[in-house]
Order: sequence, then structure tokens, then C-alpha cells
Amino acid sequence: MTTAIAIKNLTKTYANGFEALKGISLEVAQGDFFALLGPNGAGKSTTIGILSTLVKKSGGTVEIFGKNVDSHVYETKLDLGVVPQEVNFSQFERVGDIVMTQAGYYGMPRKLAAERCEKYLRKLGLWEKRNERSRVLSGGMKRRLMIARALVHEPRLLILDEPTAGVDIELRRSMWEFLTELNESGTTIILTTHYLEEAEQLCRNIAIIDKGQIVENTSMRQLLAALDKHLYVVEVESPIDSVPDWGDAPITAKLIDPLSFEITVDAKLSMSDLFRLFLERGIEVSAIRSKSNRLEQLFLSRLTDSREEGSDV
Amino acid sequence: MFSNHKYIAFETIVIKEVRRFTRIWLQTLVPPAITISLYFVIFGNLVGRRIGDMGGFDYMEFIIPGLIMMAVIQNSYSNVVSSFFSHKFQRSVEELLVSPVPNFIILSGFVVGGMVRGLLVGGIVTAMSLFFIDLEIQHPLLTVSVVLLTALVFSLAGFINALFANSFDDISIIPTFVLTPLIYLGGVFYSSALLPDFWRGISAANPIFYMVNTFRYGLLGVSDVPVGVAFMILTGFTIALFIACLVLLNRGTGLRA
Repeated sequence: MTTAIAIKNLTKTYANGFEALKGISLEVAQGDFFALLGPNGAGKSTTIGILSTLVKKSGGTVEIFGKNVDSHVYETKLDLGVVPQEVNFSQFERVGDIVMTQAGYYGMPRKLAAERCEKYLRKLGLWEKRNERSRVLSGGMKRRLMIARALVHEPRLLILDEPTAGVDIELRRSMWEFLTELNESGTTIILTTHYLEEAEQLCRNIAIIDKGQIVENTSMRQLLAALDKHLYVVEVESPIDSVPDWGDAPITAKLIDPLSFEITVDAKLSMSDLFRLFLERGIEVSAIRSKSNRLEQLFLSRLTDSREEGSDV
Repeated sequence: MFSNHKYIAFETIVIKEVRRFTRIWLQTLVPPAITISLYFVIFGNLVGRRIGDMGGFDYMEFIIPGLIMMAVIQNSYSNVVSSFFSHKFQRSVEELLVSPVPNFIILSGFVVGGMVRGLLVGGIVTAMSLFFIDLEIQHPLLTVSVVLLTALVFSLAGFINALFANSFDDISIIPTFVLTPLIYLGGVFYSSALLPDFWRGISAANPIFYMVNTFRYGLLGVSDVPVGVAFMILTGFTIALFIACLVLLNRGTGLRA
């Protein structure tokens, strides 16, 4: 397996004494679509900041495609494209100039830069806006512009820090398609996101970071297989006063209002068995929906577990 | 980074910088030209006629080298400090920091951008001075050298200011409270021969005094200071500031957390 990123014992303590990373180790394979998840302040952006050299690490080593970022600054930066969380281009410059300037920073001759600029602005639906000042772009367009800018030198590794935050559903879906296509063409992608559905849809491997430590690092399939409970909201045809007794069935329920209740069901229980239990208790179901995203449940349970383990120490 | 890539990166920064100040020419090129023209009219012409000669020259002729230098100093400094701080403020400096551009290329690009603006405004002011006097350059090579070095020194100084600045206040404090007094006390409007010994000694500690006088020597052939000493001071400042900028950039001061 060729490794796109190898992080060993990475630590970061900021000048104010805040310990953002407490010795994390992580490997991301070449060609992977990798999710780095965690609550706010967990250390995701610090990790990305160190990879992109915007944050100075306190300890540990970082390698990109087998090259140490400290000793092979030029090579590792050439392999890397970064799409930050916040807009970080000049609001007074034209869209085309922003991408062309970035190409210039990578030493790209003007002809090649112009070709790449057109290629990525077209792919991201911004070619018609190339002569507009960037400040007039919508929020979604600004995010797409940052992706075009990060891709102009065609890096082997693309890091996206919450690329779809604040983007409408339609645009989010089109960005997912674009990123999937990019990953299929060989680009390794690391994604941080607050939309766990996004990580579940796109990523093959995942790491969950909390309070500067990796609390889970596995494949998405394995992680989802570990899900042992499903949470549903059930809507009923006729009003009920209380939730029925489920006997020995692996179910717990809570009444929301006379026409709906919430149930937590063991993952081993099939949907047919579940509906049989409803019928046996005379419950006419008008609708049933999953209350939370599957990954969201796991994410929260892993965080709770890690914090409980931490408090035992 | 290969040298041709470095050159492209350098050229990109310089073009971006020049494009920036020419795009807002009404804020960057016109005001200094108007201000210095007013100096010509008021101090040089109206007041100067009553003053008479200074250092063996008509007062208008005497102050022109200082006014040109004032334009070069203020514009070189303010271009770099405001541009680089804007990059920090808008976080667009991150575009540069994540790219493989070496620090000395980043520094050189911004500094050359500042020098171009300083020299351009200096050129405009020189052209306007021709409406008032017949300018004959006594030592052309020396004149060009000193104006280039001065633009370089103040571009470097502006870069350091921008690295440390955290707010727009921080980029106006040095020009207002340090640079302007040093320029006005740097012999732009008077010869140091007029000063009492104590103040002449104080003037000797002002680097701008040497720059103005060396430039005046280049244009008019007279100076209050030895030209060789002035060149050594200018070169010393250039080397010291260039090294300081690179050390700060390599440390990531004001840029990397």
C-alpha cells in the first residue's frame, strides 16, 4: 500500500498553552477518500493546518507520499491542494486572476496555467464568471472557486475542510459528484465535514478525533457494521395514550405525542419482525423514518465512549 | 523549486502587486503627486521666494531632491505594508504559504512591488518638478543608486511592519509617528548648517538625513554628509532589514500559528 499521508505522534501546543493535538498517528492510503471527523475544537483544522504548513507542529513527523514535510518542503507542497473552511482569496480580484495567480505560485508557465484555469473553472461551473470580481460570487461559488484554485496544479492529495458548509442541497450533491469523479481519477481526498451523511456517502475510511486524540480509525464499512441500534420515529393512524409493552423484544420506546413515538431497535431485529410486533399490538403505522443518520449515532457513541474512558483515568 | 519556477512565482507576485496599485491609481498615484505639487507651490514658490538661497541654491531647487525622496520613501513603505497586511487580513496570504514559493521569493516579490510604486511616484514628482525648475542631474549613477536603495530599504521596513501588524491601526502607527517626523527632520526643507550643534548631532542619527543628502548630492552636487558614509549606512540598513525579514518569515512570525 502506498501511503499518501503518514502522521506519527503529532503534537501541537499553541502559544496560549492549549494542547490541540496530543500525539496523533494516522495513515491515509493513496487513492483513498478519507473522512476526518470530530466536534468543534477537536483538532481537525490544526491537523490540516500542519499538513498545509499554516500551523507549526510542536512534535512528531508528517510525511506526504513518503516525503517528510520538513525536509522536502517543495515536493510535498507540490503534491498538496488545500480547500480551507473560510474564504481566503482577495475579494477585489477577478475569478480568473485568482486561479491564474495560484498557478503562477506553482511556477506554471502562462499557457499551461491558462489551460488549467479554463479546465477547472469550466468543471466547477465558474467559467462564465471568470471576469467578475470574486466578492460578487455567491457563497457556493466562492467554495467552488477555492476548489478550482486548489486543483490548478493538479495535486495528488486534496484536503477539503468542510467544503459544503452553508451550501444548498443541490449544489452539495453536485460537489459530491465532482469529488467522487476526482477521487476515481486517482486523487487522494481527505475531507472534514459536519455533515456526517456526506462522510458516509463519500468516504471509504474514517478517523474520529476528539480533544486532540484519535478515538476511532477504521473503514467506513467496519464502523457502520458496528452499529447495533437503530433509532426510528413511528407515526400512527390512531392516537395512543402510551407506548405498548414490547415484551422480550429488543425495543425501547418513548411517546412523543398521541400520534407518534420514538423507538430504539436492536440492529439484529429485521423490519418484518418489527412490523409484525406493531400488528400484534394493534398499531397501524402511517409512516416510519430513521431519526438520525447512522454515522451520526456511531459518531456520538464513540465520542461518549472515549470521554467516559478519559474520565476513568 | 527549479529556478525557472522561482522566476515565474516572483514575476506573478510582482505583477499582482503592480496590478493592485495601478487598479486603485486614484488612491495610490494621484494623491502623492497632488500633495508634492502643493509643496512645490507653497513652500518652493510662495514661501521660498522670501527665504532666498539655501546651500547655495534657490530654495525651490534645494527642496526638490528631498520632496522626491519623501515621495519614494512614503510610497515604497505604504505599498508593502498595506498590501501585505491586506493579504494577512483577508487570509489570501495563505495562498502563498501553502504553495512551494520560497520565502526569499515572497519577500522579493512584495519588495519589488513596493519599489516600483515608490519609483513610479518619485518619477511623477520629478516630472512635475520640471514645471518649476530646470533639473540637471549632476551624478546620474549615484542618483539612481541612492533612490533604488532607499526604495528597497523602506519596502523592507514596510514588510516588517506588516508582519507584526494585527490591525489597520498597526500599519498607520509607524508611518504617522516614526516615518513622517524622520522625513521632516531629515533635511528635506533645510540645510543642517542652519541647525545648532546639538540638533545637528541628533540629525546625524536619522538615516533619512543621509538618504536625502546623498540624493541631493546626486542631483545638485551638494551634500551635508560624506556620500561614502551615507552609502555605507544605506547598504547596512538594506542588508540588516533583508536578513531580519527572512528570519521573521522563516519563523512564521505573524503568519503561522
